[in-house]
Amino acid sequence: MSGGSYYVPDQSRFPIFMAFSLFVLVMGASSTINNLDDPTSNSVYILYSGFACLFLTMFFWFRQVIKEHLAGLDSNQLKQSYVYGMAWFIFSEVMFFAAFFGALFYVRTLAVPWLAGEGSKGAAITAVELWPAFEATWPVITTPDKGAEFELAEKSMAWPGWDHALEWLPLWNTIVLLSSSVTVHFAHLGLKNGNRRKFNIFLGVTVFLALIFVGLQAAEYYEAYAHYGLTLNSGIYGSTFFMLTGFHGFHVMMGGFMLAIMLARSVFAGHFEEHDHFGFEAASWYWHFVDVVWVMLFLFVYIL
Amino acid sequence: MSAVIENHHDDHHHGPAKGITRWLYTTNHKDIGTLYLWFSFAMFLIGGAMAMVIRAELFQPGMQIVEPEFYNQMITLHGLIMIFGGVMPAFVGLANWLVPMMIGAPDMALPRMNNLSFWILPFAFFILLSSLFMEGGAPNFGWTFYAPLSTTYAPPSVTFFIFSVHIMGASSIMGAINVVVTIMNMRAPGVDLMKMPLFVWSWLITAYLLIAVMPVLAGAVTMMLMDIHFGTSFFNAAGGGDPVLFQHIFWFFGHPEVYIMILPAFGIVSHIIETFSRKQLFGYSSMVWAMLSIAILSFVVWAHHMFTVGLPLAAEIFFMWATMLIAVPTGVKVFNWVATMFRGSITFETPMLFAVAFVVLFTIGGLSGLMLAIVPADFQYHDTYFVVAHFHYVLVPGAIFSIMAAVYYWIPKWCGNMYDERLGKLHFWLSFVGVNVTFFPQHFIGLAGMPRRYPDYALQFADWNMVSSVGAFLFGFSQILFLFIVLKTVMGGKKATGQVWEGAKGLEWTVASPAPYHTFSTPPKID
Repeated sequence: MSGGSYYVPDQSRFPIFMAFSLFVLVMGASSTINNLDDPTSNSVYILYSGFACLFLTMFFWFRQVIKEHLAGLDSNQLKQSYVYGMAWFIFSEVMFFAAFFGALFYVRTLAVPWLAGEGSKGAAITAVELWPAFEATWPVITTPDKGAEFELAEKSMAWPGWDHALEWLPLWNTIVLLSSSVTVHFAHLGLKNGNRRKFNIFLGVTVFLALIFVGLQAAEYYEAYAHYGLTLNSGIYGSTFFMLTGFHGFHVMMGGFMLAIMLARSVFAGHFEEHDHFGFEAASWYWHFVDVVWVMLFLFVYIL
Repeated sequence: MSAVIENHHDDHHHGPAKGITRWLYTTNHKDIGTLYLWFSFAMFLIGGAMAMVIRAELFQPGMQIVEPEFYNQMITLHGLIMIFGGVMPAFVGLANWLVPMMIGAPDMALPRMNNLSFWILPFAFFILLSSLFMEGGAPNFGWTFYAPLSTTYAPPSVTFFIFSVHIMGASSIMGAINVVVTIMNMRAPGVDLMKMPLFVWSWLITAYLLIAVMPVLAGAVTMMLMDIHFGTSFFNAAGGGDPVLFQHIFWFFGHPEVYIMILPAFGIVSHIIETFSRKQLFGYSSMVWAMLSIAILSFVVWAHHMFTVGLPLAAEIFFMWATMLIAVPTGVKVFNWVATMFRGSITFETPMLFAVAFVVLFTIGGLSGLMLAIVPADFQYHDTYFVVAHFHYVLVPGAIFSIMAAVYYWIPKWCGNMYDERLGKLHFWLSFVGVNVTFFPQHFIGLAGMPRRYPDYALQFADWNMVSSVGAFLFGFSQILFLFIVLKTVMGGKKATGQVWEGAKGLEWTVASPAPYHTFSTPPKID
C-alpha cells in the first residue's frame, strides 16, 4: 500500500491478439488431433500459425513491459503486484500437478488392488469374473485385460537396485536438476552483490544443466520406448509415468527457456540491477518449483 | 521511450477511446466489467434458449420436438454455458466493476491481463457452440462429462470441447489471480482486511478457490484427451485405471466450483440487505469466518456426488458428515441476514426483493442439499429430478437472483440512471413465480423416481412436468423484460445521485453516478 499513483497502462492491442492466438492454437490443436489418421489433413499448419502468433504476441508484450519498466513507470506497488501474481501462478501450477499426483496415488493404493480382487465391492467381482489372473503390484507393467489395445512393457523405470544405480538415468537427472537449483541461487546471490560476471556465469551453467536434463530425459524416453516396450499404451503405469514426467519435462523446458531469456537480457542488454530484478527472480522461483516437483516425482514415480 | 511516458500522462486526463477499439483494446476495469456482464447476459440467453428446448420436449411424455441425441447435446451445453459462460463471467464482471471502487484502487492490479482474461471467453464459447455443427454433433455426455461416456463413447467434437475448457480455465485463472492481487496489494490505506466490504471478501475467497481448482479441471480434461487419442488408461479399467477416478478428479474441481458460483452471491446479498434494512450488517466477522470455513470444507466433500459408485463405507460416512458440517457456516450466514433485517426500517426496492427471495429460496436449495447428503437417502435420490431441483434452487434463485439483484442495485452507479422501479418489480415477481413453478414440482417427481437427463418419462410424471415447463417458459420469457429494463436504463431515465440508495455504505457510493472513467487515481482517505 503506497500513496503514489499506480501505473495503469493505456489501451493495448496485445491482450486481444493473444486471445486470438490462443483461439487459432486450440482450433489447430483440436483439428490436428482429430485428424491424426488422415495424412492429407493440413490442420497442423493452423496449429503452427497459432504457436507463431502466440510467440510473437508474447515477445512484443514482454518487450513493452520491459520498456515501461526501464522508463521508470513501475511504482513499488506495481512491482509488488507482479510478485503476488507470480506466486499465485505457481500455486495454480502446483494444483495442476496435484491432479496428476492424485491420480497416481489413487491408482496405486486403490484402483489397482481393487482390480486384483481386494476389498468387498464390485471391483472384486470384476476381478473374479473378468480378469482373475491380474495381480496387484507396483509398478504394474501388465494390464488387467491383455487385449490388443495395449502394448505390454517388459520393464518399468523403477529403482534398479544398487548394482545398477550408476546406469540409472533418473539418478543423474536428480543430481543435474538439484545442482541447477543451487547454481541459479548462486546466480541470484551474484546479482544481489552486484557481481554481474558471477550472475552471468552461474545463470549460463543453470541453462546448460537444464539442457542436459532435457537431453537425459529424451534418452530415458527413447530407452523406454525402444528397449523396455514401455509406452503410453502400456496401461496405467505407462500412463502415469509418461504424463507426470512429460508435464514435468515440459515445465523444465519452459523454465529453462525463461532463464535463457533472462541470461540474454543480462548479457546483451545489461538488464537487472542489484535491487531490481524481479523478471529474473520470477524465473528462478519457477525453476525452484520445477525442482521440487522433480523431487516428488523421483520419490513417488521412480523410487517408492 | 518518451512516447510511453507521454501516453501515460494523457491517460489520466481523457475518458474512453472512441469507437470499437475502446472495447477491444481496453485496460479499464469498468469497460472490462461491462464486457463481462454483457457477455454473460448473451450466454444466459443462449443457455436459457436451450433450457426452453429441454422443457418444451418434457412438456409431454413421448418424443415430440427433438431427437434424443440432440436432447443430450442440449442438456450438456445448457449446463456448460450457464456455469462457465453465464454465472462465472457475471461474477467476474461484477468483481471488475466493484472491487477496485470498493477498496479505493485506481484499477485492477494487472489491467492488460484483465483484458486478456475477458477476450479469451468469446473465442472459447465460439468453439464450444460451433461443436453443434460438427460431425457427430456437440458434446452429449452431460456437463459433468463422466468417463467413459466422454472418452470411449464421445463424439469427435469432444476434442474441441477439451481445448475450449482449457482456455476457459486459463481465462478464469488469470481473472482470479488479478482479483487476488488487486485485493492483496491495491487497498487504499485504512482499508484493513477486516474492514473490507463483504463482496470483496467473498471474491478474495472465490478467487483462491478458482486458482486452486481450475488447474485440476485442466488436468482432468488432459487425461481425457490422452485416453481418447493417445492410448493412456487413466479411466480405463482394462488398462489398470478406473472410470471412478474421473469422478474423483472432476468433483475435486466440481465441488469448490459450486462455491465459486455462490460465495460472491453471499457478498452481494449482504450488501443489499444491509442497505435496505438501514441497519449495520449483523455479525460482519462471523460472515467472513463462515465464508472461509465453507471454502475450506469445500475441498473435503467432493465424494458426496458419488455415493452410489461403490465407495468404501468409511469414505461414505466421512463425506456425509463433512458435507453436513457445511450447513453450520451456511446457517450462520442465513441467521445473520435475517438478524440484519430484524427490526430494520426495510423498504422493498427491486434489489431487496431479489435479495430476500435469495435468502428464502437459497435456503430451500441448501436444505434439499442436506437431504442429499444423507448416504442412505441419497441412494434413492441420486440422479433423479430431486437433484435437478436442488441445484437449480441454489443456482437460479441463488446465484442468478443475486446477479440480478446486483445489477439493479449497482446499475445507477454504472450508467448514472435509475432503472424503472415498476418494471423491475414486475420482472422480480414474474421471475419469482416462474422459478418456483419450474423447480418446486421437480422435487416431487424426483422423489417419485423420475431420473434426470432423459428426453422421455413414464406417464405418472406427466402433470408435474407440464407445470414445470409452464413455469420455465414464464421464467424464460420474463428475462426478455430484464433485457428491456437494462437497455432502457442504459439509454436514459431518472438521473441517479452519487449516493443512490439512502442506506448504502461503501466507497463506491462516494463517487459520482455514473462513476468517472478513472476513480481513485490517488487513494481516498479512510477513517
